Amino acid sequence: MNAPAKIQETKAEQSLNAQFDAILAQTTQNNANQRKQAWDAFKAKGIPHRRVEEWHYTDLRTKMNDAFALASKTAPKAEALTGATGLETYRIAIVNGRYVPELSSNQAVAGLTVTEADGFLAAQLGTDDAMAHLNQALVQGGVTIKIDANATIERPIEIVRYTDGTEVSSYAGTSVDIGSGAKALIIESFEGDANAAYQSNALTEVKVGNNANIHWLKLQVESEKAQHIETYSVELGAQTNFQHFIYNEGSSLSRAQLFLEFKGEGTHAGLRGTSLLKDSQHADITLFVNHAVPECESREYYRAVVDDKARAVFQGKIIVEPDAQKTDGQMMIKSLLLSDTAEINAKPELEIFADDVQCAHGSTTGDIDEELLFYLMARGIPEAQARKILILAFLSEAIEEFEEERSVKLLEAMIRKWLHADDVVSE
Amino acid sequence: MLEIKNLHAEVDGNKILRGIDLTVRPGEVHAIMGPNGSGKSTLSYVLAGKDDYEITEGSITYNGVDWSELGADERAAAGMFLAFQYPIEIPGVATMTFLKTALNAQRKARGEDEISTPDFMKLVREKSKALKVTPDMLKRPLNVGFSGGEKKRAEILQMSLLEPTLCVLDETDSGLDIDALRIVSEGVNQLRSPDRSMIVITHYQRLLDHIVPDVVHVLSKGKIVKTGGKELALELEKNGYADYVDEEAA
Amino acid sequence: MAAVQETIDQVKAIDVDQYKYGFVTDIESELAPKGLNEDIVAFISAKKEEPEWMLNWRLEAYRRWKTMEEPTWARVEYPKIDFEDLHYYAAPKNTEGPKSLDEVDPELLETYKKLGIPLAEQEILAGVAPENRVAVDAVFDSVSVATTFKEELAKAGVIFCPISEAVREHPELVQKYLGSVVPVSDNFYATLNSAVFSDGSFVYVPPGVRCPMELSTYFRINEKNTGQFERTLIIADKGSYVSYLEGCTAPQRDENQLHAAVVELVALEDAEIKYSTVQNWYPGDSEGKGGIYNFVTKRGDCREKNSKISWTQVETGSAITWKYPSCILRGDNSQGEFYSIAISNGHQQIDSGTKMIHLGKNTASRIISKGISAGVSQNTYRGQVSAHRKASNARNFTQCDSLLIGDKCGAHTVPYIESKNSTAVFEHEATTSKISDDQMFYCQARGLDEEEAVALIVNGFVRDVIQQLPMEFAVEAQKLISISLEGSVG
Repeated sequence: MNAPAKIQETKAEQSLNAQFDAILAQTTQNNANQRKQAWDAFKAKGIPHRRVEEWHYTDLRTKMNDAFALASKTAPKAEALTGATGLETYRIAIVNGRYVPELSSNQAVAGLTVTEADGFLAAQLGTDDAMAHLNQALVQGGVTIKIDANATIERPIEIVRYTDGTEVSSYAGTSVDIGSGAKALIIESFEGDANAAYQSNALTEVKVGNNANIHWLKLQVESEKAQHIETYSVELGAQTNFQHFIYNEGSSLSRAQLFLEFKGEGTHAGLRGTSLLKDSQHADITLFVNHAVPECESREYYRAVVDDKARAVFQGKIIVEPDAQKTDGQMMIKSLLLSDTAEINAKPELEIFADDVQCAHGSTTGDIDEELLFYLMARGIPEAQARKILILAFLSEAIEEFEEERSVKLLEAMIRKWLHADDVVSE
Repeated sequence: MLEIKNLHAEVDGNKILRGIDLTVRPGEVHAIMGPNGSGKSTLSYVLAGKDDYEITEGSITYNGVDWSELGADERAAAGMFLAFQYPIEIPGVATMTFLKTALNAQRKARGEDEISTPDFMKLVREKSKALKVTPDMLKRPLNVGFSGGEKKRAEILQMSLLEPTLCVLDETDSGLDIDALRIVSEGVNQLRSPDRSMIVITHYQRLLDHIVPDVVHVLSKGKIVKTGGKELALELEKNGYADYVDEEAA
Repeated sequence: MAAVQETIDQVKAIDVDQYKYGFVTDIESELAPKGLNEDIVAFISAKKEEPEWMLNWRLEAYRRWKTMEEPTWARVEYPKIDFEDLHYYAAPKNTEGPKSLDEVDPELLETYKKLGIPLAEQEILAGVAPENRVAVDAVFDSVSVATTFKEELAKAGVIFCPISEAVREHPELVQKYLGSVVPVSDNFYATLNSAVFSDGSFVYVPPGVRCPMELSTYFRINEKNTGQFERTLIIADKGSYVSYLEGCTAPQRDENQLHAAVVELVALEDAEIKYSTVQNWYPGDSEGKGGIYNFVTKRGDCREKNSKISWTQVETGSAITWKYPSCILRGDNSQGEFYSIAISNGHQQIDSGTKMIHLGKNTASRIISKGISAGVSQNTYRGQVSAHRKASNARNFTQCDSLLIGDKCGAHTVPYIESKNSTAVFEHEATTSKISDDQMFYCQARGLDEEEAVALIVNGFVRDVIQQLPMEFAVEAQKLISISLEGSVG
């Protein structure tokens, strides 16, 4: 609730200055202009801090002590990349921001085109966020993925973004253009060297045509010392079904910010996710869902399990523009705090300018329900096991709603692993 | 054998049970009746070992073991089963998964092997049929979206699967229509056996038409104020609890 | 149905653009020169015959204020206020401390009569049962003009007087509590108020006393180009109880008027304060011209264990409302409540809500907010619920509903939910909808016309909050709601 104030440059900002000058020196004229434009937009705001309302709960200025050097081009071994384990996928590997064909799938898939990009996305981003601008100013490379109209891609398309090295930073740009009537499952994963401290900043632009059916699963399993930011700019056509899921497990600090705009009527967007946090992890999910046209439906359902000194942040804003009659927007944030030092901050917002709407949001925060625990124990289940069952149940509910069988299985396995709950529930 | 001696218990500092003495031998069915607020549900929670229900005086022993230090799960493994008045809904946990987890947890606590999946499936199918628990119900999350009758039938199904030796049925008849009452009662009656004890807690006599008790106790203001045979329930039905409430007050 | 019929009649009796309380009273008044500086602060202090400590307190606030900037985070828009173009003090000329009602200017008494607030005690006594009596402190522009039932309250040990009088008569209480809930530097408007407040009510209820009647203040802005800066301080000592009502009106004027009040409540061990507001400042005309800028800081401190503070507000007036009656739940087992109906019509802008700050153990809070937007208005609920590390077993329940009437208005919900304690359980629910066609059809099929149907449904929508108001105010509030929504249908 405070006005922004002008403040001195931090060490991180000073490092960024030098990095930008260096990268500009080796860029072609055309790209240089784009970089400069983005850089100016970043500089106008600086690294976001708590007085910037959208970053109130994630004071990046304080948390980002320095900006690590831009990661150079490396070629890690194929085994280093984990990705979506156990699934046969069409893999697109991006290491330190750059597309690596040697680590990617090479046989052609009908309807799918992957092109190495120099990282510059369309100028019109659905956001004016400082960290998105920073990505555009420093972006190291990336890909453009095109799915043809009416193509059904059976095999999951896997985008693995890997940061190789420690005390480095990577800036990846990804543009996904999905044609009308297309159907696909996209699995993005973010990872890096275990225990390495690095910064990864990704900008992902998604454009979906009409009548498409897209499932998008993000697996954020960065190293536990990483700082991770991903900005999505999503535009959806008419009569489309777009299902998005964020699985947050890695990073000491992570922020997923999703700017979504409905461009066509009759579209459904399901935005879901789970954050599993321990130690002193900090995970922020921030959404801006703009209902710009009538008769669209959005669901924003997120759950967090927060242990130790970890902190979960959820901010969601549903905007209903004056013409967006018959909008149906429902947001629900549920959090389980497992320790006395865990923390949750939620800000589920509604901004409504049309009258014929059904919008609701809800939020619950608390520990495991004692009544449920007692019921399980009264049936002979020991307390530690009962707790795990209830946490698993709490998270499973969110996962099942994603309604994509391969992803649901993958996620359940990951959650069990996180919980050390292999033996907890009989299958 | 369950032995309750001079049991005093309180919840959040409110004294609810004020000296209960009760012995239930294997094979016996005891009914505990009483007006609202007499402490019936509290007694069931104290027996099951709910956290906030504190025993301030007296003791509970089962088969010679003092229960005061045992957690709810340990009591369950020792043979205790509470059929809840309001069975808890647990979203995200399929009923089937829950049943198997509970059964295996108890077997493990008793040092037995886990049941194999085919054996378990067979067992559940067999038991659920009699109680009219459908395969669909078993797939759904535990008690979520179940009707009142479905919840009570699911409770009795759990009881028949877990094969406890001490069953406490807390107002199992509440919220049941006459057909559901009959199905649930039949399920309970089938579980009556010489080595199993039951405590049936109820406000109304009608349940006792179906589950005929050996002994009836009247609970009022945290104490058993009268004990008799099954005819005592009929007398209560006719005259209400007024006699006992007044007697206590006087 | 009687109440509904009554509202309909009320609505029909009033023209679309007519604000019932929009008359101007023709009274000579004494004005401080426009603008604000240390001299003006000293002038106000001198007018009030204040001791030196009070003047110093004001000057410190003024110096603070000079360094502060107007907040911009609220969802309200208005042209920049020229703080040099305001009178910071206005007083009816003939009312320098009336000793009794007889000395009060008859014009003034007439004004309050028009507002439906009887000040003459004999009038109140006639035909009113003793338990239904209300003691009234009437504040006209910046000055308290009359306080009724003072003597009877004094018998019970209750102090109820203008705050300027309390500064002189009960300095130990004022010094101890003034600024202890809303610190001098709290926010731009509160700091301004601290520098220039001219009057307001003071209440002290001694230990163990249940205040024998409802206490009430009626605020009236009359003078042109004046800012009204009243200050209210209520202290409920150990084991006491008080219910306080506040009503506000202003004349229709084309220019905007500023109202920047501060209300501080302190509840000690086992004490309870119930504070109800019916805010009906002039909202501006149908073009959005004129109206009051209502920038108010209200906060209650449940300072000791088992205390309780309950805010109930019916906000129908003002061009702009910026107001967050809050509770600091410091004492263990303390409770805070916020019940609100906020109605915006025409060009009104409301940004209102509450803060429930859980600091103590086993603290509980409840928020019920009902926002209704019509016309081209913007209506925002902004609320914060937080549990600090030590607030074990804190509980909050928030229900926040918005109703939209017409497609030109906006309804917004901005909750901040912050928990640092795993045993704290917070539940928040919010909905936004319009009156459903099915509901309208059902009512109309039972013979209600469109306006009646809307009145009925809206009354149902706000019922949970209306029930919290003292009886006589509940009726008034219900009428007010219908009048505020006048012209919103069709």
